[in-house]
Amino acid sequence: MDIKLLTYIMVGSTFAMYIGIAIWARAGSTKEFYIAGGGVHPVANGMATAADWMSAASFISMAGIISFVGYDGSVYLMGWTGGYVLLALCLAPYLRKFGKFTVPDFIGDRYYSQLARRVAVICAIFVSFTYIAGQMRGVGVVFSRFLEVEIWLGVVIGMCVVFFYAVLGGMKGITYTQVAQFCVLIFAYTVPAVFISMMMTGNPVPQLGFGDTLAADNSVYLLDKLDGLTKELGFNEYTSGKKSTIDVFFITAALMVGTAGLPHVIVRFFTVPKVRDARKSAGWALLFIALLYTTAPAVSTFARVNMINTINGEDAAGTDYAKAPSWIKNWEKTGLIEWDDKNQDGKMFYAGDDRNEMKIDRDIIVLANPEIADLPAWVIALVAAGGIAAALSTSAGLLLVISTSISHDLLKRDLAPDISDKQELFYARTAAAVAIVFAGYWGINPPDYVAAVVAFAFGLAAASFFPAIILGIFTKSMNREGAVSGMIVGIVFTISYIVYFKIVNPELNSADNWWFGISPEGIGTLGMLLNLAVALVVCKMTPATPAHVQELVESIRFPKGSGDASHH
Amino acid sequence: MAFESGDKAKAYWSENLRLMLILLAIWFVVSFGFGILLVEPLNAIRMGGFKLGFWFAQQGSIYVFVILIFVYVALMNKLDKKYGVSEE
Repeated sequence: MDIKLLTYIMVGSTFAMYIGIAIWARAGSTKEFYIAGGGVHPVANGMATAADWMSAASFISMAGIISFVGYDGSVYLMGWTGGYVLLALCLAPYLRKFGKFTVPDFIGDRYYSQLARRVAVICAIFVSFTYIAGQMRGVGVVFSRFLEVEIWLGVVIGMCVVFFYAVLGGMKGITYTQVAQFCVLIFAYTVPAVFISMMMTGNPVPQLGFGDTLAADNSVYLLDKLDGLTKELGFNEYTSGKKSTIDVFFITAALMVGTAGLPHVIVRFFTVPKVRDARKSAGWALLFIALLYTTAPAVSTFARVNMINTINGEDAAGTDYAKAPSWIKNWEKTGLIEWDDKNQDGKMFYAGDDRNEMKIDRDIIVLANPEIADLPAWVIALVAAGGIAAALSTSAGLLLVISTSISHDLLKRDLAPDISDKQELFYARTAAAVAIVFAGYWGINPPDYVAAVVAFAFGLAAASFFPAIILGIFTKSMNREGAVSGMIVGIVFTISYIVYFKIVNPELNSADNWWFGISPEGIGTLGMLLNLAVALVVCKMTPATPAHVQELVESIRFPKGSGDASHH
Repeated sequence: MAFESGDKAKAYWSENLRLMLILLAIWFVVSFGFGILLVEPLNAIRMGGFKLGFWFAQQGSIYVFVILIFVYVALMNKLDKKYGVSEE
């Protein structure tokens, strides 16, 4: 059977499964819509959280980026996993005990302020929108390559499927669909990795394989060979980086803290029955995430070696274009690989200096990896289904945050407190539907600065939510004035820095012009520190927290009597 | 009030904080310490085909993170029981 037909079957049957689950798990009340009725088992919640978290960026892009930059890519590996330690130890159990639906709920109640709630709602919506545009794009890329349809059609199909199960099922439908999506995506990610690890090193465990010796030559370690190849070709040595230590430090911190502050991640811990389950659930989530995140750097290493060898040939003299493997020609059609025969010898050559003739988009590494390694067609089809599962599961979680922010935080808790449960549910579904249309539009017409937008999402989450929540739990004295001014200073500072370097003056975006050598990707960490400092100073100069709020803080600090999450 | 006395509540909270800070210290050391600040000296040490600093940055820190959370879960459940504030 050919790849296209297999991909249709694989993707089609996973879609049928998602829709089937959605019908089985329809939401009937706002509580089911927002937090799946609060009765999700911690292991299932862990899988759902993992699928929610691992987006098109994790599945499609991350290993590609690491493959191209080597050690510097570690910021994503540590940043996007280390945040879960912060979540489990500092946030999840306390927010679960607090027992409401959303992050703006907590900020608004803890700081007894509608202004604080609104700031939080705006951040939540902004962060989620920036994120979701990238997901829809991911669906489009997968569809256009493997099903050979136009990107826009791929995006529209993805939109319809997400619309169906997110709008119908709410958090309940999403959670159980995400459990299925997790299984699909992790299987799709690890199977080719195991195959390739076997082929290259003879070791079936990719996590060990990339530190092993070559299958072809027992005396050479794979990473040493790659270090040699990269140096020879004028790239930076694979296992050492190009970024400064301070920048790596700040980016990692911003990603960790940003992860712990992202509303679509935090809300997952409201869906479990108990505080104890919230803690445990974070552990399961990270375990499931770690399966992919420890495989990714192995995939990166294998792919880089394979790519260099297939393009430059084993003798490093270049490969005749006429004899190029089929994956190069397949991907050339999508415009993600380009070859420019500068020296007119009819051979392709890939290097980090002016010998280079290839332009290779990072996003194809994971998707093309099975083709590069010549794996059977069903593995390639599986990877397509996995990429789509990753993009859909994250989109659904984000849509839910957007719809909850509007129907619950903005309408029910702020502008229109008198609406009934049924009306609120109606608004939630409407908001989700509108959000899908926006997301789809951006997926088809992506803004020029998609990468900048990701820096925004993490930077903002780090500089706004995280300090406000931490101070709200660990200090009783932090008051409304302190928290609000801290959040505003943190956000304004972070946005200005990113906008200045990424959009207004992109030509100045280099280490010489950055403050203390911190890139826009890492500036959220500084924004967070500023937020903390401003909050603590302002708090000292303004009236103390009211007694009922102090009691609230006291009561979220131990698990007993957690009860169900509820409106009031 | 779920605690027998205010002193107990204080003692519970300070034990909780102590546990949290110890685990966060380990979290910091394996990632920011071994994976970033000390990566170069550690890279001089080899573990099979891996340079140790590189291994911590791309593998080791993640394993430790997972273990930290499960240790936290176990120790907190014990602490909750000791002070009688666990959920039934």
